[in-house]
This record gives sequence, structure tokens and C-alpha cells, in this order.
Amino acid sequence: MRVTAAPLLEIVDLVRHFPVRNAFGRRTGWIRAVDGLSLAVWPGETLGLVGESGCGKSTLGKTVMGIYTPTAGDIRFAGREIGHLPARARRAIARDLQYVYQDPGASLDPRWKVVHSLHEPLKIHTRLARAEREQQVRAILAAVGLPDAHLDLYPHELSGGQQRRVALARILTLRPRMVILDEPTSGLDVSVQASVLKLFRNLQAAFALTYVFISHDLAVVRAMCARIAVMYLGTIVEVGETAAVFEKPRHPYTRSLLAAVPRIGGRRVTLDFVLEGEPPSPRDVPSGCRFRTRCPLVQDVCAVEEPRLREVEGGAVACHFA
Amino acid sequence: MSAAWFVLARLARDRSALLGLILIALLVVAALLAPVLATHPDDVFELHPAERLRAPGAGHWLGTDRMGADVYSRLLFGARITILIGVIAVGASLLVGVPVGLVAGYYHGWLSDLLMRVSDVFLAVPQVVLAIAIAQTLGPSLPNVILALSATYWPWFARVVYAETRALQKEVFVESTAALGASPWRLTALHVLPNIASPIIVRASIGMGFTILTAAALGFLGLGPPPPTPEWGRTIAESREFLPDAWWYATAPGVAIFLTVMGFNLLGDGLRDVLDPRLRRSRTARDD
Amino acid sequence: MTELLSVRGLSVDFVTDGGVAQVLDGINLDVGPGEVVGLVGESGCGKTTLARAILGILPTGPARIRGGEVRFKGADLLREDPAVVNDRVRGRAITFIPQDPYTSFSPVFPVRTQIMDLMKWKSPRADDGGRTRSPFRRYARERYRADRDAVLEALRGVQIPEPTRALRRLPHEFSGGQRQRLMIAMALLPQPDLIIADEPTTSLDVTIQAQILRLLRALVKERGVSVLFTTHDLGTAHEICDRVVVMYAGQEMEAAPADVFFARAAHPYTRRLLASVPSPGGEIRDIPGDVPSLIGPPSGCRFHPRCDYATAECREGRPALRALAQEHGVRCYHPVGAPDGADA
Repeated sequence: MRVTAAPLLEIVDLVRHFPVRNAFGRRTGWIRAVDGLSLAVWPGETLGLVGESGCGKSTLGKTVMGIYTPTAGDIRFAGREIGHLPARARRAIARDLQYVYQDPGASLDPRWKVVHSLHEPLKIHTRLARAEREQQVRAILAAVGLPDAHLDLYPHELSGGQQRRVALARILTLRPRMVILDEPTSGLDVSVQASVLKLFRNLQAAFALTYVFISHDLAVVRAMCARIAVMYLGTIVEVGETAAVFEKPRHPYTRSLLAAVPRIGGRRVTLDFVLEGEPPSPRDVPSGCRFRTRCPLVQDVCAVEEPRLREVEGGAVACHFA
Repeated sequence: MSAAWFVLARLARDRSALLGLILIALLVVAALLAPVLATHPDDVFELHPAERLRAPGAGHWLGTDRMGADVYSRLLFGARITILIGVIAVGASLLVGVPVGLVAGYYHGWLSDLLMRVSDVFLAVPQVVLAIAIAQTLGPSLPNVILALSATYWPWFARVVYAETRALQKEVFVESTAALGASPWRLTALHVLPNIASPIIVRASIGMGFTILTAAALGFLGLGPPPPTPEWGRTIAESREFLPDAWWYATAPGVAIFLTVMGFNLLGDGLRDVLDPRLRRSRTARDD
Repeated sequence: MTELLSVRGLSVDFVTDGGVAQVLDGINLDVGPGEVVGLVGESGCGKTTLARAILGILPTGPARIRGGEVRFKGADLLREDPAVVNDRVRGRAITFIPQDPYTSFSPVFPVRTQIMDLMKWKSPRADDGGRTRSPFRRYARERYRADRDAVLEALRGVQIPEPTRALRRLPHEFSGGQRQRLMIAMALLPQPDLIIADEPTTSLDVTIQAQILRLLRALVKERGVSVLFTTHDLGTAHEICDRVVVMYAGQEMEAAPADVFFARAAHPYTRRLLASVPSPGGEIRDIPGDVPSLIGPPSGCRFHPRCDYATAECREGRPALRALAQEHGVRCYHPVGAPDGADA
């Protein structure tokens, strides 16, 4: 998928910590949500970002979007550093880099009719006349498969699926280059999920989008993403082509994660599943390698030295023994 | 404005809110049509010493006061004062309190803390004491009453708006519209304000009742508009020395104040029930 | 084999502002002793309503049981004395594991108080009936100790570390996975015959889910407890269930042993459902159309508007149960793979 040499999005050693305050407002610690993360996304690709709750994937998405400012590290979009821009300049980036919430219906103002919500991005970023805006809006509405009649409705008069399409349409009016999808199919029934995934595929083709697909559902990521990055407690532990990672996972956490996914028609995975315990809290990140408290391969060096993301054939891995 | 009709229809179903609406409507009608409805419209200014302290009867439905003026007619004109005080005081409070609340709610930091502490200070000042102080320095009058009331009521609006703005900031649609590139101005004016309009309206209605009651108290203490203005509170003060014989003299304005304040309170409660749950209910109706 | 639980022709309506929703339409369901049965369906299919109807905890205002019976160990729970059902069956012979671990505990009481409260009334050592149902009823000391020991034993069984300490903690000090372990322990303590688990792993991460499913299956098999496990995730059903029943829009469509279900499902809806699971190859197949509203649902077989094989008879009447093989039943006029059914 690498047509050009330059990545569209480049994240370098990104850190985002949240202070923990006690009842008196004094800081008693840090939640290290994103803790030294580096990642590259190439134009036109769909990169999957997987991890379980608490790994920081949502925080990563929001920090890239500018909803949070980075504590440290760089974010480069189309070659330009965007993590530390002044507010107005950062808002202009929204034309090219957009974000879809897990509950897209909630991202619409409940008191605004659909037509106004769809016009809004164009009013913010362009100087188009009303007639031109209307043309764009109708085109986008057709692209997401909604009838013109929906323009006059309020969000609560639409079904969940229709709200999702409206939210997507709103983002697409700006013709962004990249869209971060945050758990887009979480909680959906499997048949509804299939429809949504199909829609994403069609839109990607129609609008030449690059996706960062954040999800905890490995089956979905496997079907949708050509490349996959696995997160654990704020960093990337493994990255590579999806087929390769699924077939031969290198990092012990990736192995456990894949081993936990049920395989319909195959052997029961719970019979062999061995990973014990729960992930540590992002408040109390273990020294050295974060996964060492649950890792079957743990040695002394793991407590002392944190493994860096090392390039291996077809990807990268952060483990002393991979 | 179909939304307004919708609200009115829902309101009509709630009996106490309906009662409130009717009482307010009566007040407004009384104020607007005072010259027409009054039996002795000139009694606001004229004196008829010969007819003083007549009990309610044929010519004077609610009796006469110590100057011989018709209590009923003066009551109607007093409604004008009442509404004027209420609307201007609450209006001014709104104009000051809402922007303060918006700014305090939007920003997180010293500015927000400062604004809310200032509003706390004003909240702590007892309205009557402030009114007395103003009356002493500037003289008792209608504008001064309004000043005293506005200066002490605006923090209520600031508080409500502050709390609602903070709550709204956490809403996904606010965050997502910001992510879309909307400036803080746009967010505040077009997204935050319309969504907090309901609590503001409710607070305004209840505020009217509260303000009118306090205005009557100030009038009673002599801090309000001077005679011959037929302000209700002052009328009650005037009637004191003639009680309990001339019972109509105090009862009429007293009941008027009571009904007005109750009307605004009932309306405010009704509005609170209608405006917000409607939104919440429609949203959940489509959960699958 | 005599069934432990036998639901026949259960129909439940919900009265809503928009009309009467026919949430369950003549459901038949069997659970045998020591069997884990998966109730699989998408949202709105009625699986949670069915679970609640069996337990007798439907919302009393809007819910109406239109007909049918729920036979548990021979007795119809819908027609028995409610006081007896409440005392002996609910929370005792049939226990419940709810879906959301974050709201299933009271946040203000320590775990010990909540579990011992349960044991006071539902422990196997509690006497039956109980003339005094007052909350002030004394909790006999020896029984309390015996129960508490049983609780500690149960907590060890679900792998909660340091059980004595754990009991003193408040629920929010436990993670979601740990809370579900506590719920499993609480569901097993009354020594039930049947546990109804309503999507217990839906809100958990996949690695925690694997741990919980393994634990639950091991524990129930060890004790011979039956489980009715509702879920919308086919993978989860694959992991833990002996038999799978599929529901759609308030009707049960197919029931089969797990291996047969996943390999040779016959109902068109089941096949479409299995096909819509994302495949590694990247192909994505969805089901055209939408789930129907239950207020004025489609006549006959409720899947017919979206079914490739629907004919006139599918509209007219709901198909009866057809046994395709040993234990494999399907309610369809055109099951795929049957001699006179539709093509595969």
C-alpha cells in the first residue's frame, strides 16, 4: 500500500498523561494513558489499532485529533507538526483529519435538524454560498445511502443506524483525507455490524479515505485492516501486516490476545487459554516491560529494561525475546 | 414556532401548571387593560376624602382606601408596576448572569473561579439590606428597587448556566463539533446556549415570583416607589393602621401578591417538567 | 430425558406508548439437567425478556403474559403460588447472573454484607417457607458461620485472591471481571439447579471473557448445574454451550447441539447470521432489510420479509417444529439442506 514514501500520519514518542487528584485537588499520581507511542499511517491504508480496555487507544485517537494536547512527543500530519499548534490553526486541520465516535448519534446536536448539522462543517471551513452547500450536502447524503427526506428531521426521530450515517455524512462533507474510527462497531449486532463495515468500505473507495480503525474486536479488525498495531498499557507492542500477525504473532501479549478470540467451527479456545490476572492499571505501570506481570516468558531483564519497538521482518515488536 | 405550541399543549395537560398559566394571564390582562377594566381609573391620582374606608359594595367592589380611592382600580394599576419590576429585574439579572455563567462554565481556571466567587459574594448579600442601603443613599424609588433586586438575583442565573455549561461540555456532540473545527464562540452561541435555554427559562419564571415577592416586601418597608404609585406592597403598609376594621384594604393586595407569586412558581415547575424530560424521552424512544 | 426447564407456547406482550409490542410469540424451549444452553439472538429478539419471564421478574406495569407455561421440575411457575415461587425457586433453585457487572452491586455496602444478605434467605441451610419474612429475622449464629465458610470457599472457587479481605471491600474496588466472578459465586452458593446468565461477558475484554467462560463452564460441569446463557455473540456461544437456540423477533427459529449448529445450521436466518461474522478473508455479508418492529410484526414466520426462500405459506402461519435430526429442530418451511427444503 505504500505508493508514496511519506506517511500521512506520523506519531513519534507520543505521551499523554492525566493527573490524578485527591479530594483537596493535590496531584497524587498520573494516569499514563499514552506512554511513549510511535506509529506511522500510510495514505490509503486501513490501519487497525487493537487493545483491551485501559490500553489507551481512545486517548490516542483523541490526542491525535487535538481533543487532548500531548504531554510530550510529536504528531505529524501530511508532514506538518500538529500537536502543538495554536487553537485556530489546529481547527483548520479538521478539514483533513476527522474522528468518528463510538456512538455517532450522540455526536449530533439534538436540537438541530439534520440539514443544519450537515451544513455546519461547510459553514465553518468554507465560504461557499448556500446553493453550493446544498448541492454538497445532497451528494453526501446520497453517498451514505440516506433519502433527502431525512434532512428535515431531528436526530431523535431517526434510528440508531440512520443517526450513524448522518454523523458520517457530516464528517465527509469536508472531504477529509483521514478518518479515525473509534470503536465503530462496538455493541452492534453482528448483522448490523456487517452493514456498517460494508458502508465504511464503500465510503473509503468513494472518498479515497485513509482509516485508523480502533477496536477491541479482533475478528472485525482482521476483516477490515491490512495492517494492525497492538496496544498494551499505553504503548505499541507489535505492529505488522494483519495476515502475518494473526498467523505468527511475535509478542506474548499478541499471542494471548489472539488465543482468547473464539473460533467458530474450531476447537474451544477456553480449553487452552492460559493468560491469568488482569492488566495493571494505567496509574501503576510496571517498570521495565509493562506486560511482565502476566507474561509467560518473563525473565529478570524484563523488570529492568523496557523493550523498545524493534523492526523485524514485516513489522515491529517490543519484546526482549521476540 | 411549533415548539412553543407543543410546549403550551403539554403544559395544559398539567393541572397545576395550567393554573399558573391562567393566573399569569390574568395578571397580564389586568395590567394591559387596567384603564379599561378599572371602575375608577382616575383614583390613582385623585383623592376622595369623603369616601374613605368604605367596605366593599356596589360602587367599590373591593372597598376604598384611606384616601377614598377605589382599591380595585388601584390594584389593577398596581399590576403594571408589579410586572414592570419583575420583568426588568429578572431581565437585567439574566443579561448579567447568563454571560457570566457561560464564561465561567466554558473556561477552567482562575477566571472561572473568580467569576463564581464574585457571584457567591453577591448571593450572600441580603436583598432587603442592600435595598435599604441603596434607598438611603439614592432615595426610595422604582428604579432603585429594580437595581437592588437585579444586583442580588443575577447570581442565580450565573449558577444555573455555569452548572449546565459544565455538564454540556462533557456531551459528545459538543466535543465532536469542536473536533469539527468550530470555534468557542460558535459552540457557545449555537450549541450550548440553545441547549441550556430550558433551565434558564425555568429559572426566569421562578425568579419572577421571587422577585415580585421581594419587591412587595421592599414596598412594604417604604423603599419602593413613593405614593401615589399604587404598588401593592406599599398599599399593605398603608393599611396597617386601619386593620382589622378595614380588612379589605390589606387583603386585596395581599391576595394579589399571593396569586401572582404562586402563578409564577406553578408555571416554572410546569415548564421544568415539560421542557427537559421531553427531550430525554424522545431520545430514548428510539433505543433498540 | 425429562427436561429440567420446559417452556411451551410462551407469549408475552409489552404495552408501550406506541402500541402493544408482541415481544415473545409462542416460544418453546427446553433445558435438560446439567446442560448449558445458549440463547442466541440480536437485539430486540426477546432473549432477555424470555430470561426474565422464566425468573418471573418482568416489569409488572407494561408486561402481559398472554399465554403459555414455564415448567420447572414439573411445576408451572406461572401458575404456582407466587410466595412459594419467590421463596423456593427464585434466587434458589433458579439463580441469575446479570449482564452489567458495574451496576449489579449496591455501591454503598461491602461485598460481605451483600452476599451474607443473600445467604440469609437463600442458603441451602435456610429453612423452607419461613413463617416470618421480616428483615429483622434473626440470623442464627451457627448457620451464619457455616454460610460464611461456604462463601469463602466459593470465592476461592472463582479465583478471587484473599477472600477474607475481599469480603470487606466495596464493590467499586473490584474490576469488571472480578465482579462477574463474584456474581458467579453468588449464583452458585444457593446450590441451584439452573442458572440464567444474561450476556454475562458482553461488557468484558476478550482475554477476561475467556477466563470467565472457562471458569463458569468448569464450575457448572463439576456441579451438574444447568445454564441458560443468553448472548448476541456467536463466538461466546461456541465456547460455552452444549446446545444453541436461535431467536429472531420474538420467535425461536432453530435449536441444535453446538457442533451441529455451527457446522450444519438449516434455518435461513441462522445461516445468514453465521455468515455475517467477519471472515478473515475480508468478505462481509450482511442481511438486507431491518429487524421488524414488534408492534404489528410480520405475520407467520417473522423473518419472511428478509428471507431469500420465503413463499406464501411463510406469511400465513408460523411453521411448527420440524426435527431434522436427533436433537436438531428448526421452525421453517424451507430449511436449507433438508430433502424438500431450500438449496444449500
